[in-house]
Amino acid sequence: MITLYIVSTLFLIIVDNINMLVKNIFKLKNLKFSALILLSACIENAPLDSLSPEGPYARSIDELFWLTFWIAVVIFVIVQGALLLSVFVFKEKPDSPEPKQIHGNTKLEILWTVIPVIILAVIAVPTVRTIFDLANEPEDALKIEVIGHQWWFEYKYPDYDITTANVLVIPADKPIRLEMWSNDVLHNYWVPKLNGKRYLVPGQTTYLNLHADSPNEFWAQCGEYCGLSHSKMRGRVLSLSESDFDAWVKNQQQNANKLEGNSLAAEGQQVYLNAGCTQCHVIDGVWDVQGDRIAPNLTHFANRNVFAGAALYNNEENLSKWLANPAEIKPGTFMPNLELTEVEINALIAYLGTLK
Amino acid sequence: MTKIIEPSKQSSIFRRPSSETGIWSWITTVDHKRIGIMYGYAAFFFLLIGGLEALILRIQLSQPDNNFLTAAEYNAMFTMHGTTMIFLAIMPISAAFFNYLLPLQIGARDVAFPRLNALSFWIFIFGGAFLYSTFIFGTAGAPEGGYLAEEVGWLGSAPNGGWFGYQPNAGMKYSPGTAMDYWAIGLQILGIASLISAFNFITTIINMRTEGMRFMRMPVFTWMTFAVSFLLAFSLPIIAIALFYVTFDRKFGTTFFLTEGGGDPILWQHLFWLFGHPEVYILILPAFGIVSEVLPTFSRKPLFGYAAIVFAGFGIAFIGFGVWAHHMFASAISPVAQAGFGLSTMVIAVPTGVKIFNWLGTIWGGKLKLNTPMLFSLGFIGMFVIGGLSGVTHSIVPADTQQTDTYYVVAHFHYVLFGGALFGIFSGLYYWFPKVWGKMYNESLGKIHFWLMMIGFNLTFGPMHWLGLQGQVRRTWVYAEETNLQFWNIVVTVGAFIIALSIIVFMINWIFSKRNGEKAPFDPWDARTLEWTIPSPTPVWNFSTAPIVKSLDDFWHTKYSEDEEGRAVKREEADQILLELEEDGLNPSEHIALPNPSYFPIVLASGLPFLGYAVIYKSIPLALIGTVLLLIGGFGWGTEPLEEEIHIDSDE
Repeated sequence: MITLYIVSTLFLIIVDNINMLVKNIFKLKNLKFSALILLSACIENAPLDSLSPEGPYARSIDELFWLTFWIAVVIFVIVQGALLLSVFVFKEKPDSPEPKQIHGNTKLEILWTVIPVIILAVIAVPTVRTIFDLANEPEDALKIEVIGHQWWFEYKYPDYDITTANVLVIPADKPIRLEMWSNDVLHNYWVPKLNGKRYLVPGQTTYLNLHADSPNEFWAQCGEYCGLSHSKMRGRVLSLSESDFDAWVKNQQQNANKLEGNSLAAEGQQVYLNAGCTQCHVIDGVWDVQGDRIAPNLTHFANRNVFAGAALYNNEENLSKWLANPAEIKPGTFMPNLELTEVEINALIAYLGTLK
Repeated sequence: MTKIIEPSKQSSIFRRPSSETGIWSWITTVDHKRIGIMYGYAAFFFLLIGGLEALILRIQLSQPDNNFLTAAEYNAMFTMHGTTMIFLAIMPISAAFFNYLLPLQIGARDVAFPRLNALSFWIFIFGGAFLYSTFIFGTAGAPEGGYLAEEVGWLGSAPNGGWFGYQPNAGMKYSPGTAMDYWAIGLQILGIASLISAFNFITTIINMRTEGMRFMRMPVFTWMTFAVSFLLAFSLPIIAIALFYVTFDRKFGTTFFLTEGGGDPILWQHLFWLFGHPEVYILILPAFGIVSEVLPTFSRKPLFGYAAIVFAGFGIAFIGFGVWAHHMFASAISPVAQAGFGLSTMVIAVPTGVKIFNWLGTIWGGKLKLNTPMLFSLGFIGMFVIGGLSGVTHSIVPADTQQTDTYYVVAHFHYVLFGGALFGIFSGLYYWFPKVWGKMYNESLGKIHFWLMMIGFNLTFGPMHWLGLQGQVRRTWVYAEETNLQFWNIVVTVGAFIIALSIIVFMINWIFSKRNGEKAPFDPWDARTLEWTIPSPTPVWNFSTAPIVKSLDDFWHTKYSEDEEGRAVKREEADQILLELEEDGLNPSEHIALPNPSYFPIVLASGLPFLGYAVIYKSIPLALIGTVLLLIGGFGWGTEPLEEEIHIDSDE
């Protein structure tokens, strides 16, 4: 029985911690055990991995986590060790004497009250410091507004007069200050490799800092349960080099061209204008309206590699699935099934492809 | 031998019920033991349903982008899983223990208000039935203006706003239909049941202790009952008010939590967690109590640091009211508030640590009998430590903003509430099985149950830590294949089915042993507390003569003294005393008056669901039916004759 207990507890320790331990060995020694296919499959390519920071904010959180983790490991080993040792040593045997009736030991009890207090104080100091560091508004930060909708994120750049969706484009190695609110229910903006989460609340502005070390693509995900398609409220963050970012800004500031003639894309533009899409979607230069619309701005749709709350990659196959019946892909979506014909869908896809 | 003398006929409007067997005896009973047993079975029934819901969730999550459930069904399942496990399984199972054991541990014949006790139980039953009637009557759908590709089936027509019901998503605009009303009003009804029993237990503990049972001589389980009752009494009114606000927002157009009317959705979170965090301790403290009974018994040593364990329990209960915002670190609370709640959360680790070290101190140097209840208690310590340590990582606010709303948190609270609370509860179910049924359970099946559950539990919830850190977000119906989360999700699903298997083993053991188990002696474990001084199963009158208590663990000291080394030595007269106790227990020598059964608790309780339906459907006739039932119940309650009591007299 003892052996079983030890085996299973060891098993438990392994299941619980091997990943984190192995992960940490990777970190410490910077080695790649590509032979360990199973583990490496779990370690690499997890785009929402909160333990692979790619910016200073996420890194300061990561350091705090590992500090706490190793202290917890030590306590874990001591307590589980004491537990197993007690079971092993004091298990009833035929010749065990009756135990001494010990009712307590004040010194010992004070000791194991004070030691945790000291350990916690050690953790508390960097914790409090990091809390305030993360809350400070960085100097020279680029301000971007994030607006939560069921179930996609909208981004506005007040400095550049840009409105876009699903893909947040930022300059690399520059602090970003997000000003966020929600248009409907609570959402929670999370780019694990850049910072922790922060709510988007209707009627209230919240703030979150981002900072990416280098040009890269990151995944974002809504953290707070926000209704039917919460799981499909995703996003991408694209950090660009300074020149690429400037080029991107310049492109975003252009309006779309109104298409003339008989091309398939021009037919698609007619579908956009007549089928009802304009009720919710703006394409600057083609269908200008004052004020906000409830759906993503499509002016530079083809510039984004994902759509539908970043639940789908931007390709023809996905677009035709989506346009045929949006609710099939995102239950509860506010985009109706417009009963488009295959011809109309193909025309629309061709048109959307021109919106670079 | 004894006979029970029928109550004499009285000239009164109502006769009190007098069945002692059959269904009516159970419906009208006010016996704390029978109520406890009914609580236990009802809660276990809901535990099975909640478990079934968990398995359905796990099938859906075993593959990325799976289509086993629709989004509506998945959201309904996770909402009902959480709501069921917390309010309909773990809380009432704890209530089962309180009911059955509390009077026995303090040497009382019943609780202070036996009819109120029955009322609590029946309100719980009607509340649970009301909540689950959502699967028949409830409706749910897309938010106002949204579209669904297919109809929401019966499985999806349950509450779907999460057990936490965050506003405004759980409001009428974003969760239309009646399902979330069933949730809000169902919890309201269940809260009434818990509030009533809380005051009942507090009164019982203060007033009904037997001679010599001073506070500092009470068993730790009784102490934890006391602490939990205070937690209930102080935290439930908060959620009651908040749920009234929600119901008003949903049904009558108020805007307590709706921004467009000047309300604040974050206020709901404050109110919910101001209740919700003490609720966590409501779920775990009973298990602390059970473990504190089991460990000394099977170590043959007194509890190490009894006073420290008691005060740590109350310390946890008290600090538990000051940590609620750690559920909201991702909301926009200020850095000062974040730091404050982070620190208070760290502080709560200290009394919890004291308990764990004292339990280790209890088994250290003992003579450990590793039978099923002991294994579950030891397993409890091991698993709870993991949950506690991951809990400390949540007090590190910046780290928590990465972990919150991910499976890391799911792993954490299942280590606390399953590895902690439920392991403790199973420990207690095996430990007191002989006392309740007068039979011994099957030890081999019990051990198989433990090991299967231990393995299944860790396979299920261990990898969730990792999944959460890798970015799997909670309450998500599907996850993308590119997130590379599938491997551990399959492991988790396999683990969940191993847990289900272990529960089947437990049920077989329970049913088989209750029928055919060996006859249990009245003190099978050589135990320490008063409930082991009376026959198994417990006679209807509990104690033939009110016991007189001279010290903590009085029963143990009756049996054992200490030699000069401090080792326990059986007293010479112990066997004689035990024989006498058994003889006395079955043959009361004094006249015993027990409270009469009553029809009215169930009548009164049956009015509440009608009132609930009346609010949901804005129906005056239903409101009238509910009110009439309440009035009949209350009137009958007040006017039924008091003097008709069951008398138990010795035959001689």
